[in-house]
Amino acid sequence: MSEKDEAPVDLSRRTVIKTGLVAGGMFGFGFAMVPIYNVFCKVTGLNGKTDPNPYQYSAETAEVDTSRKIKVQFVATKNAEMSWDFKPSITEVEVHPGQVGELEFFARNPTGERMIGQAIPSVSPFQATNYLHKVECFCFTTQTLEAGEEKIMPLRIIVDQALPRHITKLTLSYTLFDVTTMGERTLPS
Amino acid sequence: MTAVTDTSSNEKPNEHHDHHGPAKGLMRWVLTTNHKDIGTMYLWFSFIMFLTGGAMAMVIRAELFQPGMQIVDPGFFNQMTTMHGLIMVFGAVMPAFVGLANWMIPLMIGAPDMALPRMNNWSFWILPFAAVMLVSTLFMEGGGPNFGWTFYAPLSTTYAPPSTTFFIFAIHMLGISSIMGAINIIATILNLRAPGMTMMKMPLFVWTWLITAYLLIAVMPVLAGAVTMMLMDIHFGTSFFNAGGGGDPVLFQHIFWFFGHPEVYIMILPSFGIVSAILPTFARKPLFGYTSMVYATASIAFLSFIVWAHHMFTVGIPLVGELFFMYATLLIAVPTGVKVFNWVTTMFRGAMTFETPMLFSIAFVVLFTIGGFSGLMLAIAPADFQYHDTYFVVAHFHYVLVPGAIFAIFAAVYYWLPKWTGHMYDETLGKTHFWMSFIGMNLTFFPMHFIGLAGMPRRIPDYALQFADFNMMASIGGFMFGTTQLLFLFIVIKCIRGGEKAKAESWEGAEGLEWSLPSPTPYHTFTTPPDVK
Repeated sequence: MSEKDEAPVDLSRRTVIKTGLVAGGMFGFGFAMVPIYNVFCKVTGLNGKTDPNPYQYSAETAEVDTSRKIKVQFVATKNAEMSWDFKPSITEVEVHPGQVGELEFFARNPTGERMIGQAIPSVSPFQATNYLHKVECFCFTTQTLEAGEEKIMPLRIIVDQALPRHITKLTLSYTLFDVTTMGERTLPS
Repeated sequence: MTAVTDTSSNEKPNEHHDHHGPAKGLMRWVLTTNHKDIGTMYLWFSFIMFLTGGAMAMVIRAELFQPGMQIVDPGFFNQMTTMHGLIMVFGAVMPAFVGLANWMIPLMIGAPDMALPRMNNWSFWILPFAAVMLVSTLFMEGGGPNFGWTFYAPLSTTYAPPSTTFFIFAIHMLGISSIMGAINIIATILNLRAPGMTMMKMPLFVWTWLITAYLLIAVMPVLAGAVTMMLMDIHFGTSFFNAGGGGDPVLFQHIFWFFGHPEVYIMILPSFGIVSAILPTFARKPLFGYTSMVYATASIAFLSFIVWAHHMFTVGIPLVGELFFMYATLLIAVPTGVKVFNWVTTMFRGAMTFETPMLFSIAFVVLFTIGGFSGLMLAIAPADFQYHDTYFVVAHFHYVLVPGAIFAIFAAVYYWLPKWTGHMYDETLGKTHFWMSFIGMNLTFFPMHFIGLAGMPRRIPDYALQFADFNMMASIGGFMFGTTQLLFLFIVIKCIRGGEKAKAESWEGAEGLEWSLPSPTPYHTFTTPPDVK
């Protein structure tokens, strides 16, 4: 080893700097895993999270594929400690890909206090995640309900024409979280 | 941070103060930069933690002695399982290996001390404070950590007791200590080897520790990042792991196991090195396949980074992910099999004698292999859906950690005690300690395979009646294993205080530079580098 000519002190200093940089870099990598994970999930649809932004029409996507019908089911769940009533008006719709499906979700705050809720969507099977678009959804922002207030929240969805043909049924599930302490906001996209 | 300590410690190695012994009194231990003193402190600290974590295991086994709730309430039971895991991993096993590294690596490579002696002092003295902080959470309002040693969010964030903040800082401190220890070990091995001690002449304990140290600097910072994110979620309103705010709890599991899987190899690779030192001595044959051992260790370390999701087969990862992580995990059996083959071949037709270090080492090879096989069963993704979170998992990781890591540490202590103290330990008591530990350990953990396969979930303080007999057996074995460790304490103290004088080469035919030194080793050794042939 040619490095052996140097004093051990200098060699040690160099090793410390190198290994210290590795350790510092790995600390950064731990945080980098967050955006990496989010991008990975967004591309693959793995965690079933749909796009948190309204779907934009374009000419070719507006065409309805009448050759098949897709059954879309709706599930409403409340996270632990969430006291609202929360349910869909109908539990399923059948739509052609490209056709708009409309329904409402009902929410009521039975408590005596103003509360903020946030619904988090999840699509199953995950392969369909990126093919279920939402034109209008109460999940894009937080929902604020005064004490005893109730609200009808419209939901308009479109199933993409490119949905793989083997998928004939998909489930859109919402979990409602109490985010009163976090305040009103729009989910980061 | 490290650069600052580095400049202060840089004067040290050149400043020779060869011909005097240690300072007197308490300040010797507080201020020491001597690798032997620091190694000793690491080992004592780890033993205290071993007894502390062991006492918690006794509480767990006492509650599980019979079905129904008898001794502790479920909340406290959860704190016991959590703290037992945390203390054993971060307080007992890891510091014990760092202690052995401190003691033995300079002696094995012919170095006068560790490369960064003051940082060495600091990395040890962080530990007692971190440990006290961690244990003190048990006495705080709301109790200590109760979310399992894996501290999955949101159990450890949204639903965690207020003491979790102290837990987070304790993990930070333990992590800083490990990273500094690892940097020190790398600097020592790379820069302070005696002339002629090439990389491929290094004893395997040095090799396995070098690779372990690289694993430590690669993954301990990731753990620090994970607990920092928890801290921010709890106190600063971020939503890394909070689904309601746009985060994802599954992300926590990915980050945790990206740290966690290399971590389990951090706890076993130095054992491989210890056993590879002991088996040749008592089989009176050179180690079979030295080069393949080095490459196998490196392969295991590399593979440890690409298998983490096998801990998460049931969270809902796609089929292709299950298959990738399943095959990658099964692949680890190849280098591990190479190692086991080499150990068995080393013993094959050797002139074996069965002193205590050898007994622990042979038990290591046999029982670690059993733990490896149950690991292979768990690695099979479709089967894992049945085994997940059952006592089968508990049996598996205790089989690789107790007769794996802990038995190897016992073997190392018995093997090098004569070198450290200048006295032979009491062989009869040592063998008693071995057999009691061996029987107790198997009695505790073997039945857990059966109750796990039959469906008993882990981390639950009560269980269905059909599991009663095996649980009672496990508890009896656990009490036996636990009390036996007090005998170990007695043996070590007895050996320090006196006993048959140990020769320089304490074991007939033992290989390695450490045996060229007198027993006990002088306070300063290899101030002039030895000749390595």
